[in-house]
Amino acid sequence: MSETSPARPAAPGLASRLSTALFHHRLLAVWLLLTPPLLWLGVVYLGSLLALVWQSVYRFDDFSMVVTPDVTWANYRALFRAANFDIVVRTLGMAAAVTLGTGLLGFPIAYYLARYTRGAAKGALYVSVMLPMWVSYIVKAYAWTLLLAQGGVIYWFADLLGLRGLLEGVLALPVIGGNSLATSNLGRFLVLTYVWLPFMVLPIYAAVERVPESLLHASADLGARPWQTFRTVILPLTFPGVVAGSIFTFSLTLGDYIIPQLIGPPGYYIGTMVVAQQGTVGNLPMAAAFTAVPIVIIAVYLVLARRLGAFDAL
Amino acid sequence: MRSDPGAGPRASWPLRLAAWGGLGFLYTPIVLVAVYAFNTEESAFRFPPRGFTLRWFAEAAARSDLWSAVLLSMKVAAMSTLGAVVLGTLAALALARRTFRGGDLIAMGFILPIALPGIVTGIALSAAFRLSEITPGFWTIAMGHTTFCIVVVYNNVVARLRRLPPSLVEAAMDLGADRFAAFRTVVLPQLGTALLAGAILAFGLSFDEIIVTTFTAGHDRTLPIWLLNQLGRPRDVPITNVVAMAVMTITALPIVGAWWLTRSSHDPGGAVRG
Repeated sequence: MSETSPARPAAPGLASRLSTALFHHRLLAVWLLLTPPLLWLGVVYLGSLLALVWQSVYRFDDFSMVVTPDVTWANYRALFRAANFDIVVRTLGMAAAVTLGTGLLGFPIAYYLARYTRGAAKGALYVSVMLPMWVSYIVKAYAWTLLLAQGGVIYWFADLLGLRGLLEGVLALPVIGGNSLATSNLGRFLVLTYVWLPFMVLPIYAAVERVPESLLHASADLGARPWQTFRTVILPLTFPGVVAGSIFTFSLTLGDYIIPQLIGPPGYYIGTMVVAQQGTVGNLPMAAAFTAVPIVIIAVYLVLARRLGAFDAL
Repeated sequence: MRSDPGAGPRASWPLRLAAWGGLGFLYTPIVLVAVYAFNTEESAFRFPPRGFTLRWFAEAAARSDLWSAVLLSMKVAAMSTLGAVVLGTLAALALARRTFRGGDLIAMGFILPIALPGIVTGIALSAAFRLSEITPGFWTIAMGHTTFCIVVVYNNVVARLRRLPPSLVEAAMDLGADRFAAFRTVVLPQLGTALLAGAILAFGLSFDEIIVTTFTAGHDRTLPIWLLNQLGRPRDVPITNVVAMAVMTITALPIVGAWWLTRSSHDPGGAVRG
């Protein structure tokens, strides 16, 4: 233990003796390095999270609009009230749809990129997929308000191709439809799928890259057709990548509150509800209880994803 | 030799269609914003654009509220990048070699701020700031951003450290370097580009962030919040278009640079066969 005390005031050899001590006590070195980031994570982030969770059991008085620190489960019970439960189901439904959409759109891109491009073309294509991810979220959301608007690009193309009737027909459908593209669930789905698509493509790409070519040759040599190889070899091996991507698409959709405000039909999402509760209503406990929904869902999701090997694919 | 046509260099046409179609989907809105920035129309919602002008660039440049938002975003991004580089590098150095149990759990802790929806981070921080009576402003924004930027730096540095053979450090120490000298002269130069790439990504992440920021900003406006406000002002559409395009262009270049700096770790050939 004596050689671990770095406070010994031997001026010339201090650094080297400290170095020796750290070499012999790897764990000490690790913890010295880890303390600042852990403190940050623990105090700023987890501390805030715990404070939030704690406030979710405080009482909010509807008449005086005041929060009192009495412990109550009322906020959580309120989550199961029909109106609130609808919000949760609506958000979850959209998150699931967006995850499915990004998976279906993203897999071919990732697969093509990983297996059918080489060298400089691969680099260029990789960057082309990555770049939209880094384009400002708000700029992308804004671009879609231009795309979906009446008289915007999509309506213009629909008119050009004589498909206006088809577009109106789709919008007349229940659930996905609405008065116009910009106020329909279909529009909102398109925007969310667009915004989170790169988060799905990149993990799938990494997973496809890791499938050894020899396995595919073996499968073919044993007489499998390309589709069979895909279904029985590639898909099972790359599924962890899909799950890894779905963590992002699911979580990001669950917590979004700006796109649901800008595009789609009226009606709260978890995100917009949280903002409304803590902002205009001032009911932080209810807002906190609402944030518990994505926290719990994502926690369960992460545990499942870990079992499916998704963390190795990240 | 080749018994599987799917393994050949040429993809089947449905796959090519789906892949390039998906890529087209990714770029349509981006191209649209770029085109609309030069549109002559005052309420640029109609398609196709009416004519070409550079007028809106000058008008946008004359807006002082825009420039103060840009300045705030720059300052916040610089500060949170600094914090993230320091904290993320420390964490990476500690956890890269997986020397102890529980390291995985801690690593998961650093991922948490981006794995959980931004709104959770945002409302948690804003509630905590209110509890501790900290006035929202520059520092609260920077603190929030640092929290989720750490993981970007961490990921880049860990990836590089894991590719660095331990024998290098051992060789340095056999040659008489102590741990600090070995770190300074062997590890740090190897980390250089990974650190730079991590810093660029952290800067980009912070510069664009809006979900957490709206909760921690108080009355201050970062550039994304300024843009969000613009969406409620139909008469300002031309200026919004110009700024949207400028933001896109300015963030794209450094991101490509960051990719270039770390491309060897994305290159699957090296990683798999190495």
